[in-house]
Amino acid sequence: MGAWLAIDHLGLTEGGTNIIDDVSLTLAAQRTVILGPNGAGKSTLLRLIHGLLHPGSGRMHWPGVLTQAMVFQRPVMLRTTALANVIYGLKLKGHTAAESEQRARQALARVGLEQLAQRPARLLSGGEQQRVALARAWALEPQLLILDEPTASLDPASSREVERIITDIAAGARILMTTHNLGQARRLAEEIVFIDRGRVVEQTPVGQFFCLPQTGAAQRFLKEEIP
Amino acid sequence: MHEFNQPLITAWQLVAGADARLADIVFLSLRVSLSATLIACVAGMPMGALLAVGRFPGRRVLIVLFNGLMGLPPVVVGLLVYLLLSRAGPLGRFGLLFSPSAMIIAQAILVTPIVAALTRQVIADAWSEYREQLRSLGAGRTRAAATLLWDGCFSLTTAALAGFGRAIAEVGAVMIVGGNIDGVTRVMTTTIALETSKGDLPLALALGFILIALVLAINALAYALRGWAQRKWG
Amino acid sequence: MISRRLFCSALAAASVLAATASTAEERYITVSSTTSTEQSGLFGHLLPAFEKTSGIKVRVVALGTGQALDMARRGDADVVFVHDRAAEEKFVAEGFGLKRQEVMYNDFIVAGPKADPAKATGKDILEGLRRIEAAKAPFVSRGDKSGTHAAELRYWKAAGVDLDAKKGAWYRDTGSGMGPALNTAASMNAYILADRGTWLSFKNRGDLGIIVEGDTKLFNQYGVILVNPAKHPHVKQADGQKFIDWVVSDAGQKTIAEYKIGGEQLFFPNAQR
Repeated sequence: MGAWLAIDHLGLTEGGTNIIDDVSLTLAAQRTVILGPNGAGKSTLLRLIHGLLHPGSGRMHWPGVLTQAMVFQRPVMLRTTALANVIYGLKLKGHTAAESEQRARQALARVGLEQLAQRPARLLSGGEQQRVALARAWALEPQLLILDEPTASLDPASSREVERIITDIAAGARILMTTHNLGQARRLAEEIVFIDRGRVVEQTPVGQFFCLPQTGAAQRFLKEEIP
Repeated sequence: MHEFNQPLITAWQLVAGADARLADIVFLSLRVSLSATLIACVAGMPMGALLAVGRFPGRRVLIVLFNGLMGLPPVVVGLLVYLLLSRAGPLGRFGLLFSPSAMIIAQAILVTPIVAALTRQVIADAWSEYREQLRSLGAGRTRAAATLLWDGCFSLTTAALAGFGRAIAEVGAVMIVGGNIDGVTRVMTTTIALETSKGDLPLALALGFILIALVLAINALAYALRGWAQRKWG
Repeated sequence: MISRRLFCSALAAASVLAATASTAEERYITVSSTTSTEQSGLFGHLLPAFEKTSGIKVRVVALGTGQALDMARRGDADVVFVHDRAAEEKFVAEGFGLKRQEVMYNDFIVAGPKADPAKATGKDILEGLRRIEAAKAPFVSRGDKSGTHAAELRYWKAAGVDLDAKKGAWYRDTGSGMGPALNTAASMNAYILADRGTWLSFKNRGDLGIIVEGDTKLFNQYGVILVNPAKHPHVKQADGQKFIDWVVSDAGQKTIAEYKIGGEQLFFPNAQR
């Protein structure tokens, strides 16, 4: 498959520091995971790609316009039912009330939450809320799903559940995510992009990254992180 | 303390005896101040939400302005509305002066900045939590403001209450635009002022206690409502 | 979601109801008058009698005489009922009022500390005021362009006291209505000129008692004037005139005379027909 995004000398400075420092990157894999130490700029890069932040310098080039959806580390639920939360995004997209409800129910079923459709979303457990967030994003049928440490706040069982869902979504959409969980990265990624202090240090297929990291920074990172 | 015993007893007797004139005065006070607060919410909450969420030139000036207008002196508002509604004034032909409608208008003007400024605060806090997700889903600023208002409607009762508290407690505006006409525009605060000026301090104090009790009751109700909403929706 | 929708619609319905619920289209006139007629309780006694015979409700806005006349100049009243002859005649001369008619009079008294440090007790108002000024005893003035205030200034002038020159800390200009001024005098133990009506119904006298009364100069004339429809076409001329006609009629005059506090008559009808 061809590249779906070409990033050209992207930069973002805040308060004197280069959070993103001259990043040039071509993304072509179906499932890309961005790794790096804390403060490396992973979340910032995701937000730049999604359009939530604007770069100070550089450009992004999208060969084909991709519809995007994003899931955050902490699920943000409106004070209403799980179903209504999913419907909200669909309505925004322009679907009718009837269509929205039907698609929302399907999305909730795909993440295994059809029984909880009428429950107040904020009263659900952390894992359930994140699944609602995934359903909400998935219902929009995005071509690119961006996830910022989606299981960081979850227990292991919920994390596995979320990984299963991401794998399902990956069958029909490109995945771009960050995580601190190296085992998760190994399980989900095709390609690893390793970032350190705002710069891209390595970009390699997943197997190669874990077995034979090229750079010193990557090697140190792998030694210190607990998989 | 002895000073307060008799007024407390009087207050209780007035309420227990269901004094008809007292009932009229209390209902009028509630009607005027609740109507004014509702108008202030309809006008002020969207303004507050847009100020919190929006980005447009002059936004900061408006925020400072609304915060400042929270301290509008009621008597000044009363005077301005009086000049507007007087027969000799621009809106004179509606004949609104010295009617409950005039009082509602004056209090609505007084209270709208309070509701708007406090709403802005509440929505701004919510915005920092929801901003990225709402923008990710494609909500424009107006849509986001509407969503946050609807989502936070129970927590906005604080803003509405603050406005209501200001309205029901003020005397300067309603005295001037209402004229304190017996049976028509006499509310609790103007009655207290009148009885004080007639030297009937125990009665004035008794009415004061009733007014305080009323405000406390409404606050308690709103508190219970917020608690229920919190338990229900999270 | 449903409960929230219900909550909001209930609120909306309630607000529409509240805002539009008005006192049913009733027949009324607006009378601007003074605080002394309102606070003495006269209107509470007089107006129901008129409303009963005519079916017209009277809405009284009680202010000071100056403010009452100003309000009428703006067209915000149909009838004025005040007690300052000079100001009333000026009002008519300016074309804002149709005709001035006398209705009743009451009298002023000087109230003061029962101990009477200025030794002003007696029947002579001018002498009493001179003694108060000589003793520099605290004196509370309304200072609010009311009929009472205007009368007070006339008495000082007639007594030969030049207030501008003699004013000192003893003269307290409060800028307030009769009741609040009495409150102030009671708490300061000061002398004060008051109309008998408000004095009799005033409950917070403290240590004050009547010091000067009975001087014919203290008589205080009330007049009633219809606001000129030529200046303000919306004025309720017919109903306003009915009120005036009734007040100066035998029935109205009798009702005025009947009003008593503690067995004492407050207002003495003297309309000329």
